[in-house]
Amino acid sequence: MTAAPTSTGVQAGKGPAAPHGDTAPRRVNFDIKQSGIYIALALVVVLFTALTGGDLLGPQNLSNIIVQFSYILVLAIGMVLIIIAGHIDLSVGSVVAATGAFAAVMMVDWDLPWPVAVIATLVFGAMIGAWQGYWVAYFNIPAFIVTLAGMLLFRAVTMWILGNEGKGPFPDEIRTLGNGFIPGFLGNIGLGEALGGADLFSIILGVAVVVGMALVQVRARAARIRYSQAVDPMWLFALKVAVPAILVMFFVVQLARFRNLPWVLVLLAVLVVGYTLVTNRAVFGRQIYAVGGNLQAATLSGVKVKSVVFWLFVNMGVLSAVAGIIFAGRLNLAGPTAGNSFELDAIAAAFIGGAAVQGGVGKVVGAITGGMIMAVINNGMSLLGAEPKEVMLVKGGVLLAAVAFDVWSKRRTAGAK
Amino acid sequence: MTDTILRMSGITKTFPGVKALQDVNLDVRRGEIHSICGENGAGKSTLMKVLSGVYPHGTYEGDIEFEGEPCKFSGIRDSEHRGIVIIHQELALASNLSIAENIFLGNEQAKRGWIDWNRTNAAADELLRRVGLSERAVTPVIELGVGKQQLVEIAKALSKQVKLLILDEPTAALNDEDSAHLLDLLRGLRDEGITCVIISHKLNEVMGISDRVTILRDGKTIWTANTPELTEEKIISGMVGRDMEHRYPDHTPKIGAEALRIEDWTVFSPSQPDRPLVNRVNMTLRRGEIVGLAGLMGAGRTELAMSVFGRSYGVNISGRLVKDGQEIQARTVREAIDHGMAYATEDRKRYGLNLIEDIKRNISAAALDKLAKAGWVDGNEEFRVADGFRASMNIKAPSVEAVVGKLSGGNQQKVVLSKWILTDPDILILDEPTRGIDVGAKYEIYTIINRLADEGKAILVISSELPELLGICDRIYTLSAGRITGEVPRAEATQESLMTLMTKEAQEVAP
Repeated sequence: MTAAPTSTGVQAGKGPAAPHGDTAPRRVNFDIKQSGIYIALALVVVLFTALTGGDLLGPQNLSNIIVQFSYILVLAIGMVLIIIAGHIDLSVGSVVAATGAFAAVMMVDWDLPWPVAVIATLVFGAMIGAWQGYWVAYFNIPAFIVTLAGMLLFRAVTMWILGNEGKGPFPDEIRTLGNGFIPGFLGNIGLGEALGGADLFSIILGVAVVVGMALVQVRARAARIRYSQAVDPMWLFALKVAVPAILVMFFVVQLARFRNLPWVLVLLAVLVVGYTLVTNRAVFGRQIYAVGGNLQAATLSGVKVKSVVFWLFVNMGVLSAVAGIIFAGRLNLAGPTAGNSFELDAIAAAFIGGAAVQGGVGKVVGAITGGMIMAVINNGMSLLGAEPKEVMLVKGGVLLAAVAFDVWSKRRTAGAK
Repeated sequence: MTDTILRMSGITKTFPGVKALQDVNLDVRRGEIHSICGENGAGKSTLMKVLSGVYPHGTYEGDIEFEGEPCKFSGIRDSEHRGIVIIHQELALASNLSIAENIFLGNEQAKRGWIDWNRTNAAADELLRRVGLSERAVTPVIELGVGKQQLVEIAKALSKQVKLLILDEPTAALNDEDSAHLLDLLRGLRDEGITCVIISHKLNEVMGISDRVTILRDGKTIWTANTPELTEEKIISGMVGRDMEHRYPDHTPKIGAEALRIEDWTVFSPSQPDRPLVNRVNMTLRRGEIVGLAGLMGAGRTELAMSVFGRSYGVNISGRLVKDGQEIQARTVREAIDHGMAYATEDRKRYGLNLIEDIKRNISAAALDKLAKAGWVDGNEEFRVADGFRASMNIKAPSVEAVVGKLSGGNQQKVVLSKWILTDPDILILDEPTRGIDVGAKYEIYTIINRLADEGKAILVISSELPELLGICDRIYTLSAGRITGEVPRAEATQESLMTLMTKEAQEVAP
């Protein structure tokens, strides 16, 4: 701990203590635990870009990574919240299958309009989540057991609904959500000989996002200064704004050069922004961290612990239904084996992304980054012609290494106290 | 019969920042029952942990001599090997295993790694006969009451060829009948030549059963005496009399109207639903007044406080809470907070703080609604409020974004107090508010408590330190075995009179 100004003798806290209006720049501490995950992603990207001779970052491949991994990322958002609260959900793969099958029955067999079917499917997902949340929160059965049972139960429900065969085809709108791209509204622009053309609308959208990101950060910094809170020095702040902006723009340009922005990317962006806000700023989000950080202290602070856990599982059910619809739309088929082992990828994404095994720690952006690391490893290795067994080997090793690092760094700080 | 079986001399044990034991001497004679008495925190349990090897040789200073030989125990197995067995207040039985399995746990009756069940159960039956427990050896422990479990523990000790049996508060959880049986059994064991050391708060039992008594206070031996030369008053005057080592801020109370009345409050134990931990308690708290609650370990102080605070402890709670003249229902912590109650726990690390979060998020944890609009927290306002507490409570940290787990005990306690002050309570229950914090920080906490009282809040302070209660409270209740045994204005209270009241209930129980 840094030496706090030692008050001489006993200062009985009368009146304001030493004025503390100094807006001294925060000491630049390189927090390896927080930045480690982004560095890891950068390393993985650089590694596979080099190994594949640049193919990894090609327009079409980048687009593929997003579309192929989007449903895992959607699940990872819900999963990291549950892990922060100190629980786990093993059933999401089966719930993806069950909700996909449910959607197929309504759209394919009953010919219901797709918006009605989508809403009904989300409600179905919420009901599944409520079922599991009840047993975990109000019946005090460990989530591991409840969702292990759920994994079997909802796989059985899927097979009940579908029999032993797939069901399709889905309406165009659903297929577009899973697989399609935003149409170009403003035509292409040339980017020069080497790059070829790119969709103008996508690029304008990308610029808008980058400007928005920068504005939010500038405003937050201004507010912090107004409240005399410590802020990063200007150069570091500029770096923190510029680097993500450059990355986003690169990403958008590459996608614009292929077939525009995938719809799932738009959906994913909305979810990430929304859930990041909830975890950082909503009372509910704070309570998730409080429950996971110290359950007893949260209870004695008046947090309705059971209700928080219950609604987290409901939320997971809804996000599983979202993933179920995307996945079925992408394959244009709801199959009885859909979603197999999705839970493992989603859990791995959350832990690689810095969630703590004991709960109380984790971030939505971290889980997305963790998911991207897995996605890049998956995609990069398949570009290199690696066999599934090798991919599994690497992914298993990365997961173990990430959690081992978390436990090790925690033990180190505990020892340093 | 002056054969000394155990001699501990010059024992000093230091924890970071605290001297728990200072040059303690203890002589125990073979075949006697020796009682150790002292207030909470006097060092009794620490001394027994040193003796049994829980704190291994090398982590303390001083010498232990058992049966004339020096001992350097590196763990509890070593001391058990020599015939020293300790039975803790919290019984350590595996509740799903049978009596016989528990007795021989870690000492299995086996041949080449395979357990001989016939021998195990026969030997257990024999031991049960010795302790007078008429249960079958194959009965699971979970089916036994606490009294019988205590006997199983003693049988387990006998199976280890015990020479010196240490019992920490053996009758604290027992009813009169079971207590009487246990004490008879101990007398029987003494006649068989087994030496006993008993830690007890029940002075009548101490007088009734022990041959000699040793008093500990503030980690020091005060005296050892033969029981026939003693009276309960003499023991009490030895136990109390802690130095008024801390200064207490001057305070003239401005006592106002009644804020909370607790009527007929009864709470039963969650693990033994037929045993009342708090028994028909009546208390009154008034605005601007600091009320103390004194009681020895196990008297039910925390149980009383937590059950009042949204029924966060205990089962089958009955009684009435009347706030500002109106009966209120506080069935959950949330309801209690909404009714203007706050409870700062005695164990801030386990129950009070989220140690991995920063100061500001801990301070806001119980009052997020106040800092939020439509469910969204105003982060800047949260910072401003927390930083205000940092200044007014003198929390020593680089910023309110520092992680609470890295603060000192005193600063952590200030964070806990800030958290509850932010909820703007009318009634503040402070459970051991100065436990484990240094003298300077204690003074600051006392000043804060006075300030809160002056703002018109009703304050209940639970403390094991009698000088602290005498130093800051306007009125003090004493609690013993779940019952209020006294209510004394500060001017009339002394450490001796409080201790007499704190051990009163125990005296009424027939030995």
